[in-house]
Amino acid sequence: MSDQTPASPPAGATATTPPADEHRRIEAAAAEEGETRSGFVRFMSSPFGRNLGLILALLVLCAVGAFTAGDRFVDTDNMVTILRFASIIGVVSIGMTFVIIGGGIDLSVGAIVALSSVWATTLATQTMAEDTHWLLMVFVACAVGVGCGLVNGILIAYGGMAPFIATLAMFAAARGLAEIISEKRTQLVDVRGLVDTINGEFLGIPVLVWIFAAVSTIGWVLLNRTTFGRRTIAVGGNATAARLAGIAVKRHTVLLYVVLGLACGIAGIMLTARTGTGSGTHGQLYELDAIAAVVIGGTLLTGGRGTIVGTIIGVLIFTTLTNVFTLNNLDSSTQAVAKGAIIVIAVLLQQRVSVRSADSS
Amino acid sequence: MSDPLLQMSGIVKAFPGVRALDGVDLEVRAGEVHCLLGQNGAGKSTLIKVLSGAHQPDEGEIRWQGEEIRLTTPLSAMKHGIATIYQELDLVDGLTVAENIYLGHELSSAGFAHRGETQKQAAALLARLGHSEISPRRELGTLSAAGKQVVSMARALSHDVKLIIMDEPSAVLDQEEVARLFKVIRDLQSEGVAVVYISHRLEEIRQVGDRVTVLKDGRTVATGLPARDTPTRELTRLMTGRDIEYVFPPRVSRDGDGTVVLSVENLASGRAFSGVDFEVRAGEIVGLAGLVGSGRSEILETIYGARRATAGTVTVDGKQLRNGRVRAAVGAGVGLCPEERKSQGLLLDEAVYRNVSLATMGRFSRGGFINRGSEKRAASEHVKSLDVRPTGVERAVRTLSGGNQQKVVLARWLLRECRVLLLDEPTRGVDVGARSEIYALVRRLADEGVAVVLVSSEVPEVLGLADRVLVLREGVVVHTGPADDIDEHRVLDLVMEGSAA
Ligand SMILES: Nc1ncnc2c1ncn2[C@@H]1O[C@H](COP(=O)(O)OP(=O)(O)OP(=O)(O)O)[C@@H](O)[C@H]1O
Ligand SMILES: [Mg+2]
Repeated sequence: MSDQTPASPPAGATATTPPADEHRRIEAAAAEEGETRSGFVRFMSSPFGRNLGLILALLVLCAVGAFTAGDRFVDTDNMVTILRFASIIGVVSIGMTFVIIGGGIDLSVGAIVALSSVWATTLATQTMAEDTHWLLMVFVACAVGVGCGLVNGILIAYGGMAPFIATLAMFAAARGLAEIISEKRTQLVDVRGLVDTINGEFLGIPVLVWIFAAVSTIGWVLLNRTTFGRRTIAVGGNATAARLAGIAVKRHTVLLYVVLGLACGIAGIMLTARTGTGSGTHGQLYELDAIAAVVIGGTLLTGGRGTIVGTIIGVLIFTTLTNVFTLNNLDSSTQAVAKGAIIVIAVLLQQRVSVRSADSS
Repeated sequence: MSDPLLQMSGIVKAFPGVRALDGVDLEVRAGEVHCLLGQNGAGKSTLIKVLSGAHQPDEGEIRWQGEEIRLTTPLSAMKHGIATIYQELDLVDGLTVAENIYLGHELSSAGFAHRGETQKQAAALLARLGHSEISPRRELGTLSAAGKQVVSMARALSHDVKLIIMDEPSAVLDQEEVARLFKVIRDLQSEGVAVVYISHRLEEIRQVGDRVTVLKDGRTVATGLPARDTPTRELTRLMTGRDIEYVFPPRVSRDGDGTVVLSVENLASGRAFSGVDFEVRAGEIVGLAGLVGSGRSEILETIYGARRATAGTVTVDGKQLRNGRVRAAVGAGVGLCPEERKSQGLLLDEAVYRNVSLATMGRFSRGGFINRGSEKRAASEHVKSLDVRPTGVERAVRTLSGGNQQKVVLARWLLRECRVLLLDEPTRGVDVGARSEIYALVRRLADEGVAVVLVSSEVPEVLGLADRVLVLREGVVVHTGPADDIDEHRVLDLVMEGSAA
């Protein structure tokens, strides 16, 4: 039938014969796309390209550092210092990335860090650790983090509380509990094994940095290569669709806060080892720094989209900024103003880049 | 002849990878209903967006009442008197009906909204549309899809319009509401307002249309065809480039041989529906017909556990499902292809293959790690069999046309290989060619032993595809029987008046 000559269109109408090959236009376009993909498009859609704006911002910051502080900034030791400072807040931020992609938020991370550092350094824990192994303290810190995350998650997923409120309550309660346990005193770490190992070096690089690298890698794999990551994106992107597709949305939400709690526990023991103390005042303002790093990294606060690489760069931008300011002997108030400006600039940059790539994807 | 109201010529709009419009011409006269026809992805919605100022064309000319104009923003289109009702509704759920209608051009002085006046005028507009039952004070989110459509129309009319563009308005409406919509269109027409009307249903185009323009692959292939007299074969050939037999696959006669897979007993859920009893055997397709709001979708949701039953039981393969638990239904092999693709089905920013595999991720993973190779391969297979275009599975679902998005949702449930498949409006917005492919696919699934429950606003679709039909009215089943024993008129009678008719 289709090889029949087209019937002449009715009077008063104009018609042109449809092109013989109906797929040609799309195929041609696809081929065109394939060509450009090998070049610019592929670059832009690589993790490096997608975070181009951020990387530029980081480079500009480094240039400023090199210009103002000279050799004191451009120095291997200084670079290692920056990474060392980035590592603890970095671990928290990786966990925060998951919660935010999953459509939530957690204001209690700093408090959880403090509580786990205190709990891991009580007299009882330390005595037991002396008798067994310092890893016991690590275990305690992680368990405290997981426990707090579990409470957050259950309140939010099954209690139906808004994440903001539930974690605000945890923010107050966990820090309070940390102060009660420590009787508002700073607890010194006597278990040398913990400090020597975690605050030590491996292959010339601080163990703290190794831990950050390991957590980042695991986080990246978890988000990009596993069903857990895929579900996180689905739950944050469209919870109804996820539920109707058979995903256990509530259980998954709980898991997200548990993952973040675990990250806080790890950060707590890292901080304990670095400072040699456990204290109810540890980790202050971590929640703001972590959320800022995640958002700068291009993760949508509304959920459903975000990257681990972006978060890492976000953390590095913040720590480099602090470093440059410290080297130039500027006070912390000026730093705070600069941080605020950086958040705004980075997010604006990020939006421009992502709008353009959404247009062109 | 005087200048046409609107003349678009040589419009080109390219997105990276796709020339969505590749030289489109369109001419609309004052007071006519001009229909746009074309397959999914032909460029209809893109053309509309150019006309409404949402997209800027790369090339081409737009003349409005004889003068060349540039529509740089939606506002400038509105100022010229061009209003648009988009395919995907764009209203704010948290505002009231009246606030939505006047959103962007609030009746106010010195920044203070005139609430009383706004509500009065909104009520007048709703009455003009034959929907005075919708209160202007109601929160928009509480309305059904059809209700929102009406609000969208009222919003278009709140401007001084000369041309209203409607992108698949009937997709969310049932037949009675479509009839009401047509009455409104005729009223507008008699006031000299022109309408550009997009639909995949040829019957509708014959009923309201004056002239037809056909798009194919971003080009105008025919324009000015008389809507009533152009043969269907001619239209589908222009759209698809081939002859399409618009038929339903033949039913295999089976005399109650399959075992009962799904059995629903005395099911009820709040005020939505009650006392629903039916069984579906392996290989059988059961259709639910009824108006929007008659409880059709709610029954599917309740079977699936997405809504709590207040009475009754659902049994799959002899095992009773736990009430209100989606996971239990999924575990028993039940799949639901939901009604609203955007809010209930899709992750718009995610790649096509990730959307397709959302309900079956487990099958492509080992110890939680996803094997993306086999995932993509399986997704592409289904995407191809449903003729989703463009075929690449890596592009974001957002960049697909409406009908192709619908096919992605459907592909998800085909991939799942369910025991029971619940389909809610599976062909909404899907073009003629792909439709018959979907029908054939559903029948094939049934032949492989799947029990299918089908809900559709299009009565011919239910009658043509299903083996057995349940007719619903206000949440009660008013008729059950083989699809062969009932015709469209009878169904419509039942639906409107119940068994008394
Ligand atoms: N933002 C976008 N980015 C990239 N491609 C796009 C975008 N919007 C539309 N397209 C592509 O342009 C083409 C035309 O799409 P359009 O939405 O106009 O189709 P349509 O005729 O309205 O189809 P349907 O009947 O399914 O609604 C499709 O191939 C679609 O994938
Ligand atoms: Mg469309």
